[in-house]
Amino acid sequence: MDALLFMIFAAIAVVCGISLVLQTHPISSALSLVGVMGALAALYLLLGGEFIAAAQLIVYAGAIMVLFVFVIMLLNAGTEHKSRKSPWAKYGGIPLLVAFLGVVAYLLGNTMPAAEAVRFGEFTHGTALDIGRALFTTYLLPFEVTSVLILIAILGAIVLARKEID
Amino acid sequence: MNFFILSLIKAAVVAFVLLTTLAYLQWAERKVLAHIQLRVGPRRVGPHGLLQPLADVVKLITKEDMLPSHVNKFFYFLAPFIAVLFALIPIAVIPFGTEINIGPIHTAMQLTDLNIGVLFILGISGLGVYGVALAGWASNNKYSLLGGLRSSAQMISYELPMTMAIAAPLLLLNTLSFRELVNAQAGYYFGFIPRWSIFQAPFPFLIISFLLFLVAAFAETNRIPFDLPEAENELVAGFHTEYASMKFAAFFMAEYCNMITVSAVATLLFLGGWQPLFPAEYGSRFIPTIIFAFVGLICFSHAMNPARPFDRFTLPVFGVVFLGAAAIFLVPIVAAVLLPLFWFSAKLGFILFLYIWVRGTLPRFRYDQLMNFAWTFMFPVALINLFIVGLWVALT
Repeated sequence: MDALLFMIFAAIAVVCGISLVLQTHPISSALSLVGVMGALAALYLLLGGEFIAAAQLIVYAGAIMVLFVFVIMLLNAGTEHKSRKSPWAKYGGIPLLVAFLGVVAYLLGNTMPAAEAVRFGEFTHGTALDIGRALFTTYLLPFEVTSVLILIAILGAIVLARKEID
Repeated sequence: MNFFILSLIKAAVVAFVLLTTLAYLQWAERKVLAHIQLRVGPRRVGPHGLLQPLADVVKLITKEDMLPSHVNKFFYFLAPFIAVLFALIPIAVIPFGTEINIGPIHTAMQLTDLNIGVLFILGISGLGVYGVALAGWASNNKYSLLGGLRSSAQMISYELPMTMAIAAPLLLLNTLSFRELVNAQAGYYFGFIPRWSIFQAPFPFLIISFLLFLVAAFAETNRIPFDLPEAENELVAGFHTEYASMKFAAFFMAEYCNMITVSAVATLLFLGGWQPLFPAEYGSRFIPTIIFAFVGLICFSHAMNPARPFDRFTLPVFGVVFLGAAAIFLVPIVAAVLLPLFWFSAKLGFILFLYIWVRGTLPRFRYDQLMNFAWTFMFPVALINLFIVGLWVALT
């Protein structure tokens, strides 16, 4: 049952990822990315990370991607037009891609440690309580540094977007 | 009983009750708005207009379903689907009452009790923004686009004070699962003040959280005073201008369902869910009986000198129905199931009435006033409120 659910959500994620690249309209790509986020949230949930799944939905799919969609709507980005591709891209593209993936898979297979089967339900420390405790005890410094990082990003955005007052 | 079959039955019951409640919430809104505006509301279709929702559904289904020519077809069809989907899903984690035993079955009056229930509802409400934004954009119409963008910007702006207002009782009650939240609000202070979240110390700050949450909820569900994005006289009809029969009904349903969901969350987080108002030894078990019997007697007394001729027949029927309801609450087996449901429904109904009352009373915010209000007033107030509650929790 868990393997079946994993297959379904992984397939959804892969299909949405491929459609993200292959769609011609930016809004379709953005919504495919939302589909990927949703499928990833379901995968986190299967692995036992329920807080992370909820945070993925709330933050990534529900706020960040909404802003992406806003910007695309406001900029009125239209459908992309297919341009004339060079013969290298048309005939050599897919074989080169397959070769690249093969090399990457071989390297990963040789260098990563032997993976045993993941047993869903093994990880039980994904609750909000455990993550909260970890954030405020073990990982306190990265947490605070991240908030300073976000503050810097906000300041940068305000500086870049402000109007000059003459 | 088998878990799947039981869940299917519960899901069917909850879905049926939710959809009926949606329809009759619309009836209640029209009647209450009418009485606020000194008129009567629907009264022709069935006694006191009670079959009006049915008539509306029939009308919406049989209307011509136009497809404007220059819309982006895929997103035009996807948008109401997304809106309704993400409006109906959160009802799965809302508990309506305690655990009950019906014969051999022991189950809770809730579809599923996630231990991240509050986060689940916040996430799904956040995803509901896509329905509105896509509807506005796909309609290929400048009024719809503006309405859709304004509405989505409003919804994500007000999510921030709403989340911070929710965080205050979560700090006090120390859990994210709805059932445990309500169970943590059981008991009474001094023997008679219920230990609901708004009465828990520090005293006024949780009431401030409750009010912040209500105001943010009005904005999240695009209701007056925050309904500029769908205002009839400002933007034609906002993001749902180009939508005809059932697709418009889908947006309508999504709006009412969102109302019910945020009212249910407010009830569970702040008003104590199904915990009664005063202890059982002072007679809180008899409150539903008293209320229904009183209403039934009023129906009978009005039937004596009816204002309209057919009231001589319909009002006694209603009176009998209400007295029957009063009698059901006296049967101990049924009352154990129905009493928590009654308290939950009463509080939910109170907040929904507040929604309708505010709609009939207040004018609309202008869009820049609305966004200013969110970012320069509600966000700092929610932040300071959260600080104070957090400080209090840390010091005790």
